[in-house]
Amino acid sequence: MVTPSLLRRATESLSARVRWHPLEIIFWLVAFGMIWLMPTRHLILTEIAWLGLFALSLDLIVGYAGIISLGHAAFFGVGAYAAALLAKHELINEPVLALLVAGLAAMVVGFVTSFLVLRGSDLTRLMVSLGVALMLRELANQFGWLTGGADGLQGVVMQPILGYFRFDMFGHNGFIYCLIVLFVLFLGARRLANSPFGLSLVAIKNNPLRAAAIGIPVDRRLVEIYSIAAFYAGVAGALLAQTTAFASLDVFSFDRSADLLLVLIIGGTGYLYGGLIGAILFKLMQDYLSVLTPQYWPFWIGALLVAMVLIGRDRITAWNAPLRDIAAKLDWRAGRRAAAAAEDR
Amino acid sequence: MLTILFDGVAYGMLLFVLACGLSVTLGLMNLINLAHGAFAMAGGYATVVLVNQLGVPFILSLPLAFLIAAAIGLVMERAIYVHVYRKPHLEQVLLTIGLVFMAVAGTDYVMGSTQVFAHTPDALQGQFHFFGVGIGRYRLLIIAVCGLLALGLQYILTYTRFGSRLRAAVDDQRVARGLGINVNGIFALTFAFGSGLAGLGGALGTEILGLDPTFPLKYMIYFLIVVTVGGTSTITGPFLASLLLGIGDVAGKYYVPKLGAFVIYTIMIVVLIWRPNGLFSRASAK
Repeated sequence: MVTPSLLRRATESLSARVRWHPLEIIFWLVAFGMIWLMPTRHLILTEIAWLGLFALSLDLIVGYAGIISLGHAAFFGVGAYAAALLAKHELINEPVLALLVAGLAAMVVGFVTSFLVLRGSDLTRLMVSLGVALMLRELANQFGWLTGGADGLQGVVMQPILGYFRFDMFGHNGFIYCLIVLFVLFLGARRLANSPFGLSLVAIKNNPLRAAAIGIPVDRRLVEIYSIAAFYAGVAGALLAQTTAFASLDVFSFDRSADLLLVLIIGGTGYLYGGLIGAILFKLMQDYLSVLTPQYWPFWIGALLVAMVLIGRDRITAWNAPLRDIAAKLDWRAGRRAAAAAEDR
Repeated sequence: MLTILFDGVAYGMLLFVLACGLSVTLGLMNLINLAHGAFAMAGGYATVVLVNQLGVPFILSLPLAFLIAAAIGLVMERAIYVHVYRKPHLEQVLLTIGLVFMAVAGTDYVMGSTQVFAHTPDALQGQFHFFGVGIGRYRLLIIAVCGLLALGLQYILTYTRFGSRLRAAVDDQRVARGLGINVNGIFALTFAFGSGLAGLGGALGTEILGLDPTFPLKYMIYFLIVVTVGGTSTITGPFLASLLLGIGDVAGKYYVPKLGAFVIYTIMIVVLIWRPNGLFSRASAK
């Protein structure tokens, strides 16, 4: 029998996940504060913003649904080319609308390929996701008349955002634009992850067989989240294309997918902020290493990956345990919750 | 027409030697090793250095390439891979991608980023005609070597005591352990042998596939296709998958050069729609 106090505790613990933690609020305040705090670094901050969005989309399928992908750049690339082509041929001049269309284009590709990716074992998934990305790269290469082939798509002119805000050469408006898009999509992902839909994904990740047994339509859920993640990746790609007014074959490259996995792993999977934090750390590290050894910095990226796995990701994420303690103390509602729990006993 | 078939078979045989080690390690320990191509690259560069700089005859450099790659494989298995057998696939993927990046950048640093070739002896160059079919001497060598290897592997796996232990371990590791089979030892040996074969394939392949530091990345997808299409439980599965892939790729590039690499991706997708668990897989016990 479900007692009222048990019911209350259950609702309490579920809604505790949904509530905004003070650290989250601080995170976003700082992020928006960057607009005024670091006006000279807006170009790299823009890169961090779209990389964070891209990593967030990978987190949705790796951290929540448990699908390993080696070809997430496929959707990023589709979004980038879609946005660049729309602007170049003046089909949709308004960037925000073009962003949506580019995301939807990537989503369609994600939906179609999801049926291939979701078949078979982890190894098959790896191969197919990698194969799809390589195939799209080959497509972009072959249709040179449309995509510019190996030279990339040049001569793209972006119209002002919403008709007012021009992309300036210092990247101020570009950064604000990326940050707002990131924030809005993050809210969407947060809502999604805390919904019954998100919880059912975690159930699938932990045990697909049991998830199916309690009535979760496993395949359908995976197709849905894969398409949504593709949309996010497409938007990230479109942001890159719009802020740089350029798209090249590089957007589909394997390195991009592999780097993205690293970004997500640095930050940690399965709590949405992992991708964003990882993007910040990764860009800073890349900035530092590529100055130190311009040609060989992938070596250190590889070494980092190997070290992280050998040391163990659990032990690495343990470093922030004191931080989490502070976070718990910061949460002024925690005291109230503890009191309610004591009362129940 | 037959020349293309011949070239395709040679290419496919080469892929088989490169990838069969991967399929065995995958089947045995459920280990996803994306860095397999790095061992092939090690063998390739070993041959290049041996032949071009130390003046070792090409034929003699092949077994040396095998030994060098196998030794590297053995050390890597004991030092690094052994830690991730029981970890989830995501960790294995991360680790092996890291190894690939290190191998690519490290080779670039030591050997330079340009494509390199080993000087093959004159006797192996050119082609001769046999009933109107143009046969490249070098490709004939590849077919001979790889064909013998495939037969040898099949023999070892089917008729020797080691082979039956290996098959037992692949079928059910726990029961095999219970019967007193040293699964870890078998695995270390198999891993080294598979790496050695990859090294040999890399050495043979410098002429056909080309060799530069990005080799492990370029051919990763080919290895994955061979393994997934062929299944991991037999030698014949990957063998037939390699032939299919080799012939498909060569024929595709010859007849429809505009489509280029699409042919193999199309083969891959068709096979996966038709049989998601690979063409030649049997019901797995796990």
